[in-house]
Amino acid sequence: MSGFEFAGLTASFGGERVIGPLSLHVKDGERVALVGRSGAGKSTLIKLIHQRVDGHASLVPQDLGLVNALPVFHNVFMGQLDSHSAWYNTVTLVRPFRKDRDGVRQLLTELAMADKFWTPTASLSGGQRQRVAIARAIYRQSNLLLADEPISALDAPMAHLVMKALSRRFTTSVIAMHDVDMALTYSTRVVGIQDGQIALDEASDRLTAADIMPLY
Amino acid sequence: MYLSPTAKISLLFLAIAVAALFFADIAITTVNPWRDLGQFFLGVATPDFFSTEGLATALLRTVAFAFVGVALGAACGFLLSLVYRFYPVRVFCAFIRAIHELFWALIFLQFFGFHPLTGVLAIAIPYAGIFAKVYSEILEESDPVPGRLLPPGTGVVSAFLYARIPDCWVQMRTYTAYRLECGLRSSAILGFVGLPTLGFYLETSFSQGLYSEAGAMLIMFYVLIATIPLWVKPKLLPVYVLSAPFFLGEGMPIVWGNVERFFTEDIIPAPIRNGEGLADLGAWFNDLMLNEALPGIWNTLLLTQIALVATGILALLAFPLISNHFGGPVRRTSGHVFLVIARSTPEYILAYILLQLWGPSMLPAAVALALHNGGIIGHLIGRQTNTLQLRPDAPNGFNRYSWELVPRVYRSFLAFLFYRWEIIMRETAILGILGIYTLGFYVDSAIQQIRFDRAMVLILITALLNIGIDILGRYIRRKLALQTMPTC
Repeated sequence: MSGFEFAGLTASFGGERVIGPLSLHVKDGERVALVGRSGAGKSTLIKLIHQRVDGHASLVPQDLGLVNALPVFHNVFMGQLDSHSAWYNTVTLVRPFRKDRDGVRQLLTELAMADKFWTPTASLSGGQRQRVAIARAIYRQSNLLLADEPISALDAPMAHLVMKALSRRFTTSVIAMHDVDMALTYSTRVVGIQDGQIALDEASDRLTAADIMPLY
Repeated sequence: MYLSPTAKISLLFLAIAVAALFFADIAITTVNPWRDLGQFFLGVATPDFFSTEGLATALLRTVAFAFVGVALGAACGFLLSLVYRFYPVRVFCAFIRAIHELFWALIFLQFFGFHPLTGVLAIAIPYAGIFAKVYSEILEESDPVPGRLLPPGTGVVSAFLYARIPDCWVQMRTYTAYRLECGLRSSAILGFVGLPTLGFYLETSFSQGLYSEAGAMLIMFYVLIATIPLWVKPKLLPVYVLSAPFFLGEGMPIVWGNVERFFTEDIIPAPIRNGEGLADLGAWFNDLMLNEALPGIWNTLLLTQIALVATGILALLAFPLISNHFGGPVRRTSGHVFLVIARSTPEYILAYILLQLWGPSMLPAAVALALHNGGIIGHLIGRQTNTLQLRPDAPNGFNRYSWELVPRVYRSFLAFLFYRWEIIMRETAILGILGIYTLGFYVDSAIQQIRFDRAMVLILITALLNIGIDILGRYIRRKLALQTMPTC
C-alpha cells in the first residue's frame, strides 16, 4: 500500500491559511509532480502529507535535514535505523559493518558520489548534499516518496540521473518541482497549486508546458 | 535627555556601586603594604623551583583532582541533561551549582575527613549541575529536522546517537575542555581548606614569607594552564581520566560513624536535637538570622555590587590591550600576558595574596574579583574587536575607542558582565573564609565552633541568594535582549 487519500487538508501560519481545505487522492503507482509559484504552498502540502502518513514515506525536505557532523555513509544509513537494534546502530556509528558499507556504496555509485563516502556532509557542495538526502530517502526503502525540490541544485545531466534513479526505486511519488519540463518528463500526473488550492490536476501526457505556465 | 536602556542600566548599577562604597569597609590596614607587595613581586621575579619536593606533588595532585572531579561531574551532568526538562531536576541542578566548591569541600570534610573523596565530590557535584544545564542547552539547540526524518520505529537510543549527538559534539567537547581549565583552578584552591593541592603548599610558603617558593608555584600553575592545548589531547584523555584516580594521594580513612553522626545529629538544629520546644527553635533561628545571616547577606551584596562594577570598568580599560585596533605587536603581547595571568589566577588566590599584603578589608577582595573577572571579559571583548572591520578613515586613538569600538561591543560586554554576576556573588560569599565579613565568614566560623546546624542554614541561604541573582541576571539579559554562550 503506497497510495493515500486525504480530505480536508489545511494548514495555517500565524492565523493565515496557506493551504486548503483541499482533498488529494493518490493511487498506487502514480507519480505526481507538484507545480506552482514559490510560496503557493507546495512545501507545506508535502509536510502535511508526511504527517498524515505518520512518517511512513521517504521524505526529501527542501532543507535536506542532514546531520552535518556525520559522514555521507552515516547520513544515508540513517534511513534504516529502525531495522536494527540499538547496539547494532551504536557499533555502526564507530565501525560500520561490511554489508551496510557495500549497500550504501552501491547506492552512492549510482548517484555518482562513491568518492565522498567518508566525507562529513558539512564540507559538501549544495548539489552533493542534495544527493546525500536523496540517497537516504532511497535507502529507506519505503514505497512512497515525498520530495520537495530534490533536484534544484543539480545540473541537467545529474538531474536526469537522479530522477531516473528515483523513478526506478519508488512506485508512488509526490515531487514538488519548479522545472516544468522535468515535471512533465518524470510524472504521470501534474497537480498545480495556486494560493493553497489545487488549480490544475491532469494526467501528464495530456499536458504541455504551455498549459502549466499560467500557474506561474 | 534620551538614554538607551543599556546606558540606563549601566548608570543604575554604577550608582548602586558608588553608594555601596560608602557602606563598605575599604581600607589598607598593614603597616607597610607597598614594601610587602614589592617583596612579593621580587619573589615572583626570582622563583625558586627546587626548594621543595612539594611543588611537583602539588601540581600532580591538582591535576589529578581536576581530572577525576570534572570527569565525574561531566558524566553525571550528561545524564542529568537528558532529564533536564523536568522541573524538579532543574531545581536540583540550580541548587547544587549554587553552592561553591569550597563550601562542598567544607561540608564533606566534616564527615569524610581528608579523604580524596572529599576533593573529588567537592568539584564533581557543583560541576554536574553546571554541565547538566549547559549540555541540555546545547542539545536543545541542535537541528530537529534529522530526528523528524527518521523512519518510525527507530529506537530512542539510535535516534539520539545519530540525530542529536553528532550535531552537538564539537560544542560539548569545547565546553568540557573549558570546564577542565576551570576544574584546575577549583582543584588548586581546594588546597586552602587542607586538601593536598596547590593552594595548600601556596598557603604554607606564603605564611612563612617564602615568596620565591610561592612565586615558583604560581608560575608553574600558569604554565600548566597555558599549555593545556599541548598536553590535553583527545587520544590521551582516556589515559588521564583512568590513571588520575591513582594519583589523588592516600588521605585519611573515612570513619563511617562520623558520616552517620553528621546526618543524624550534627546538622539537626540544636533546639530540636536537645528536645527543646518550638519557641526555642524560633529564638535559635532569629539569633542566627539577625547576628549572622543578615550581616553576611548585606556584606555579600555590597561587595558583589562593587566588584561587579569594578570588573566592568577594568574590562573596558583592558580590552584595548589585546585589540589590534591599537598599538603594536609588543604592546599586544604584553597585554595578552597580563590578561592571561589575570584570568588564570583564581579569585581566591588573588584575594589571599592581596589580603596578606594589605590586611583584611573589602579592598583586596574587590580588587581580586575585578582583576580575575575583568581579565576574562576584557579578553573576550578584545578578541571580539579583532573581528570588526572599521572604515578606512575611522578616527584614531581615544576617539576610535569611544566612538567606534565601545558602542559596537557594549551590548556583548553587558551580556558577559551580567552572566558573571552570579559567579562574582558565589566567589564573594566564599572569600569570607579569608576573613572578610561576607556569608563565607559566618559559615567558616560556625564550622570552627562545630555548629554544623548553623553552617548548613547559612550555606542554604547563600545558595538561595545565588539562585536569586542568577534569575535577576537572566531577567535583565532577556529584557535588554543580550545574548551569550556560556563559555566565559
